[in-house]
Amino acid sequence: MAASTNKKKSKVVRYNKWGYIFLIPFFLVYFVFQLIPLISTFYNSLFENYMSGLTQIGPRFVGLENFKSLFQNGDLLKYTGNTIIMWLIGFIPQIIISLLLAAWFTDLRLRLKAQGLFKTVIYMPNLIMAAAFSMLIFTLFSDNGPINSIMINLGLIDKPFRYLSNVWGARGLVGLMNFMMWFGNTTILLMAGMMGIDVGLFEAAQVDGAKPFDIFTKITLPLLKPILLYVLITSMIGGLQMFDVPQVLTAGDGRPDRAAMTLIMYLNKHLYSKNYGMAGALSVILFVITAVLSVFVYRSMVDRTKE
Amino acid sequence: MERERGMIVLHIRRAIAYLVLVFLTILCLFFFYVLLINATRAHTDIQKGFSAVPGKAFLINFHNLMANKNLPVLKGIFNSLFVAAVSAVLTTYFSALTAYAIHVYEFKLKKAAFTFIMMIMTIPTQVSALGFVNLMRKMNLIDSFIPLILPAVAAPVVFFFMIQYMQSSLPLEIVEAARIDGAGEFYTFNTIVMHIMKPALAVQAIFAFVTSWNNYFIPSLIINSAEKKTLPILIAQLRSADFLKFDMGQVYMLIAISIFPVMIVYFCLSKFIVQGVALGSVKG
Repeated sequence: MAASTNKKKSKVVRYNKWGYIFLIPFFLVYFVFQLIPLISTFYNSLFENYMSGLTQIGPRFVGLENFKSLFQNGDLLKYTGNTIIMWLIGFIPQIIISLLLAAWFTDLRLRLKAQGLFKTVIYMPNLIMAAAFSMLIFTLFSDNGPINSIMINLGLIDKPFRYLSNVWGARGLVGLMNFMMWFGNTTILLMAGMMGIDVGLFEAAQVDGAKPFDIFTKITLPLLKPILLYVLITSMIGGLQMFDVPQVLTAGDGRPDRAAMTLIMYLNKHLYSKNYGMAGALSVILFVITAVLSVFVYRSMVDRTKE
Repeated sequence: MERERGMIVLHIRRAIAYLVLVFLTILCLFFFYVLLINATRAHTDIQKGFSAVPGKAFLINFHNLMANKNLPVLKGIFNSLFVAAVSAVLTTYFSALTAYAIHVYEFKLKKAAFTFIMMIMTIPTQVSALGFVNLMRKMNLIDSFIPLILPAVAAPVVFFFMIQYMQSSLPLEIVEAARIDGAGEFYTFNTIVMHIMKPALAVQAIFAFVTSWNNYFIPSLIINSAEKKTLPILIAQLRSADFLKFDMGQVYMLIAISIFPVMIVYFCLSKFIVQGVALGSVKG
């Protein structure tokens, strides 16, 4: 008996070296293309290193000087504000609509038809190339574009509305695109959560004469809290990375008056002008914010694999 | 009486639900409908204002765009296709392999490796872009496709999907049975396991292809030469050029080429894709 267990064990050990072997590609690629660049980015944040005209300034060790000048210069605050505002314009309608749709799709009494078709259509914008979608919205909403043409033909306005010369026009369009690209995805996530709730709870509430609104606020929402938190945090992390849509819509400068300039667009500007010190410091700040937010995501994901 | 009122309320709720759903459906499709119409119209027609009926210039616009000397679109399509296809293959294969290592074997660093991959899952590529571009310059890989393709080997999100799929659909008995039959570990993975994983591989390959096809931030920092540019770079380039001087028929055609192929594939396979999203989602 003991011998056979021993034999089995040694066999298992012999197999288990394959665990390490199969992990090599992932970790090798991760170290070369992600970890080393990340460390070097952190390292760069501590040096003064930029181009002044054609003259190379630095690299010279300056400690936390780059961070200091980032915070003292008002741009960081302005672009953080822009990013948060545009994220909210997209996220608030997104979470409301998604909750509503998920509740309707999973409502057994409502029995909506053509659910598959609706889900397919609302998820579709998520897969569209953000740069192309943004270019499309830019041409459609341009001063002489189709949207203005339709609105004038319908008699809703007399002269074209200049969406992209207006601060809230530009921000609104970015928010609209973010909403369209993400509400389908959020609906599907919330639906999966709602379908996990015990049907007996709903039935018991109905027998007790509870109204749909009460069932939604008193049963569905509290039980959905972990998923809502997950959706909120992942959306915040995604919002922090907002780039393609406003970059293409505003040709990279966040016009008008840099009101649609996001943090990653700011980073992109520093990367192009080869201001490595500032780009590094900005990257570190973004990394820290993301890392703090990620703790929540990590917990919910690890919980899932334990089930 | 009470029952009747309940039925009326239910009917009203259902009507509202359909109304909202139809509105959202129109919102999602409207812009792409305008795109489709305008891609078929000549520049002069587009300038005259919007029309709900398609024009006759679809082939002319397509031909003009392909012949455009300033925008290497045909090259761009092939570059995007190549980068996205190879990335999709690498991501799915190696994510499955990584997940397999952690799912099947027992080794000392197993827990640590898993925790590490979960921790790096949400770190965006943008925050290490500076170091990435500098390293690629040192490695002489600027203006090469390698930096756009090879990093796809390490994809934590796809790994996570794969390991969840294995937990539900890959019993360890199958692996043990293969061992008894004398199959090598690598052989077992490449044949039996890959076969069982097919549904997961297909869904993730589509997602990986689309992600790479749409990717703009890193490629715009790596690619310089005109003949290596991918479609998103060409679109952004078109945006920063003085676009009003441009033939709008061609502008719409370029956007259409970037969007519609993905859309067509999506509508053909939507059943599996929407299921895949739900599968990768959080359970309550």
